Amino acid sequence: MKAFAVLLERLAFTPGRNAKLDVLADYLRHAPDPERGYALAALTGELELGRAQPAVLRAMVGERVDPELFALSYDYVGDLAETIALIWPQENTAQDVDLVEIVETLQDTPKTRAGPLIAGWLDRLEPSERYALLKLATGGLRVGVSARLARVALASVGAPDLEEIEEIWHGLSPPYQPLFDWIEGGEKPERAGFAPFRPVMLSTPTDLDALTDLPPDDFAAEWKWDGIRVQAVAEGGERRLYSRTGEDISGAFPDVVAYMGFEGALDGELIVRRGDQVAPFGDLQKRLGRKSPGKATLASHPAALRLYDILIEGEEDLRALPFDTRRTRLEAFVADLNPERFDVSELLPFETWDDLASLREAPPEVVIEGVMLKRRDTPYMAGRPKGPWFKWKRDPRIIDAVILYAQRGHGKRSGFYSDFTFGVWEGERLVPVGKAYSGFTDEELRRLDRFVRNHTVERFGPVRSLSPDLVVEVAFEGLNRSTRHKSGVAMRFPRISRIRWDKPAGEADRIETLRAMLPEVEQP
Amino acid sequence: MAEPLLIPRPEGLYCPSGNFYIDPSRPVARALITHGHADHARAGHGHVLATRQTLEIMAIRYGKDFAGQRQAYEGPLSVGGVDVSFHPAGHVLGSAQIAITHRGQRIVASGDYARVSNPSCAPFEPVPCDTFITEATFALPVFKHPGPADEMAKLMASMRAAPERPHLVGAYALGKAQRVIMLAREAGYDAPIYIHGALQKLCDYHIEQGIPLGDLRPATMDKAEARALREALVIAPPSAFSSPWVQRFADPVISFASGWMQIRARARQRGVEMPLVISDHIDWVDLTRTVREVDPSELWITHGREEALMRWAKLEGRFARPLHLVGYEEEPE
Repeated sequence: MKAFAVLLERLAFTPGRNAKLDVLADYLRHAPDPERGYALAALTGELELGRAQPAVLRAMVGERVDPELFALSYDYVGDLAETIALIWPQENTAQDVDLVEIVETLQDTPKTRAGPLIAGWLDRLEPSERYALLKLATGGLRVGVSARLARVALASVGAPDLEEIEEIWHGLSPPYQPLFDWIEGGEKPERAGFAPFRPVMLSTPTDLDALTDLPPDDFAAEWKWDGIRVQAVAEGGERRLYSRTGEDISGAFPDVVAYMGFEGALDGELIVRRGDQVAPFGDLQKRLGRKSPGKATLASHPAALRLYDILIEGEEDLRALPFDTRRTRLEAFVADLNPERFDVSELLPFETWDDLASLREAPPEVVIEGVMLKRRDTPYMAGRPKGPWFKWKRDPRIIDAVILYAQRGHGKRSGFYSDFTFGVWEGERLVPVGKAYSGFTDEELRRLDRFVRNHTVERFGPVRSLSPDLVVEVAFEGLNRSTRHKSGVAMRFPRISRIRWDKPAGEADRIETLRAMLPEVEQP
Repeated sequence: MAEPLLIPRPEGLYCPSGNFYIDPSRPVARALITHGHADHARAGHGHVLATRQTLEIMAIRYGKDFAGQRQAYEGPLSVGGVDVSFHPAGHVLGSAQIAITHRGQRIVASGDYARVSNPSCAPFEPVPCDTFITEATFALPVFKHPGPADEMAKLMASMRAAPERPHLVGAYALGKAQRVIMLAREAGYDAPIYIHGALQKLCDYHIEQGIPLGDLRPATMDKAEARALREALVIAPPSAFSSPWVQRFADPVISFASGWMQIRARARQRGVEMPLVISDHIDWVDLTRTVREVDPSELWITHGREEALMRWAKLEGRFARPLHLVGYEEEPE
């Protein structure tokens, strides 16, 4: 348990994705089997334990500690597992408990009987290990490790690369012994299950200047739809819907899965579609937020796939075939599928890049992010090869906003105020509409930092509220309605595109300008 | 009914029989001061009685004329007819508990105190008394501070694991900074330790008092020198982390040495990457042990988490009262 407790602590306090990756890879390299497999599953939320309920834990601690003292402590600490870990009366802590023993015992214990077991282990552990145990038992690790991050870390441990790992990931279950054997130089695991995920092909950005040197005839063009990229796989009776990083999201989209009565693997965009109308991204987000949507949501927010490609047809792997051939096969394949759930992303007619530029300027629907270009003669390749596929995104939206709050950064930005909350005018006051922490140079960062220090109104820990004096141009990819933000809008990928030292705050944009950029009102 | 020996007033704890205050938070005619932290030792009193070291520390912080008259404690004495004695508190250099005795009744005002070993000051000494006045800074059963050497081992391990990053430890200027330096020395770290300018005088004073801090260098180097620092231990007051001073270092690990670091949310709020639970205040285990050991008939509680300590006293069948004194900070600077 000691190594796992140290891992959790380091992950919790290490800021930044790359640093977390190093911490995780270091653990995976050194921890024994099958501990590291269980730890990995716990971190990524794939460990199935009978979750210990808070009431069980409270009853357990109530037998050892005065309830009033516990309540005062919990009130102060604010986290149940942490409070119990710290308050637990010290017993013989010279011992250790094996993570494997804990996981395997909990797996075999009904959750109502977990209390006394956990109490027995707590007696033998140190506070940080108790914390790790309680987080494990309650299933809420929350240390910022996604399954994706875990796979990237795994890829840095041994020879197999990320694409190879993603391909076999879904056939495996904790503690992933065949996977670790393979990473350490053993045999590549057989694909254990049907309907595995295949590594996705991705594009690189481009623009008109870069395209000028390329012959337009070599490329097919289609709209870049603003949904989420998915892979629909149905093989041997098994049906799976994967995100482009290989997360299994089948459970959230039973309305799509129900119509996957085919044999093969398709690549497409998951969208919410009502008839011919593609709904704004916000509608899809509503679906993504629900792990098992109810009937009402399924009816009001029907999901569908707009298909881009076909990877497998029956038992035939089409990935080595050129795009044009795959496209023909895809069109024929879709003819047999339910048209309300599956259609093909149309190809755009163009002869010159300028033709395509005009199409891109005026897309027929708001849920289009730009255009995609695919070389007609290239196979379907894993990863992000440069050359065969390009995305030519619509120019970002721009507004002028006023900086309202600043927060100190970490690591290389230690001591610099580098994370900014900005707002726009609503009547006489400024409402926050987003946060940005990129888009400026090091020199600008230093100047921004000086500005923050000279315009501080109030401090709250690492955050400062500022007098509303600095206007920044904020670029963003799209706008959604949001009930979580006071302003009612949420930006996608906002960043600071220009600092307007010259512009008075009164001339920043108004909330009405942003609201006008929102997609049409959604269906209920 | 006899006049009480000590009464809480807005200025601080007042002794009517002797006409003096203990650790008053506002200027008064006569003050007895337990230790040199700013929330206990303020400038501007008419007359101050404290240990020699506390007086010298106050002179370093406030200038020689910090009070009308200064009297160093040399042994038990009478102040306005009240018997007064000072006893080590184990908190910071010069810190003392103040015992006052009058008409057969004794009260011990312990100030801030700690019982974990601290090489920079004399250890806490339990003094039998009728009334024991305790702080309650960490008076919740979740505060069981780990051994300081184990915490220092964590810092040393981090420095070995990330030798390319300087480690910046936030530590208060009086007591904590020197404690961290001593712990590093005891852990075998004998390279130069860099200190922020605000720590210089108090570190010099500790060295004068015979506390070996080893090779200390000013961390006021220019940017080019700071950028060149890799494997380095830098100590600074926590306030320095929100000033541009910290920007001179390349990719530092931000650490903070405090009893509060036991609570994860506290560490995260401060943006701390390497929390070090090193405290010079009494934790729950030692506090309850001390009260049992001193075994006073009354327990008075000054500042901190009074409710939990009141509850504990009730469960133990002890009489306790909160004094609700104002002016003491959670984190003395």
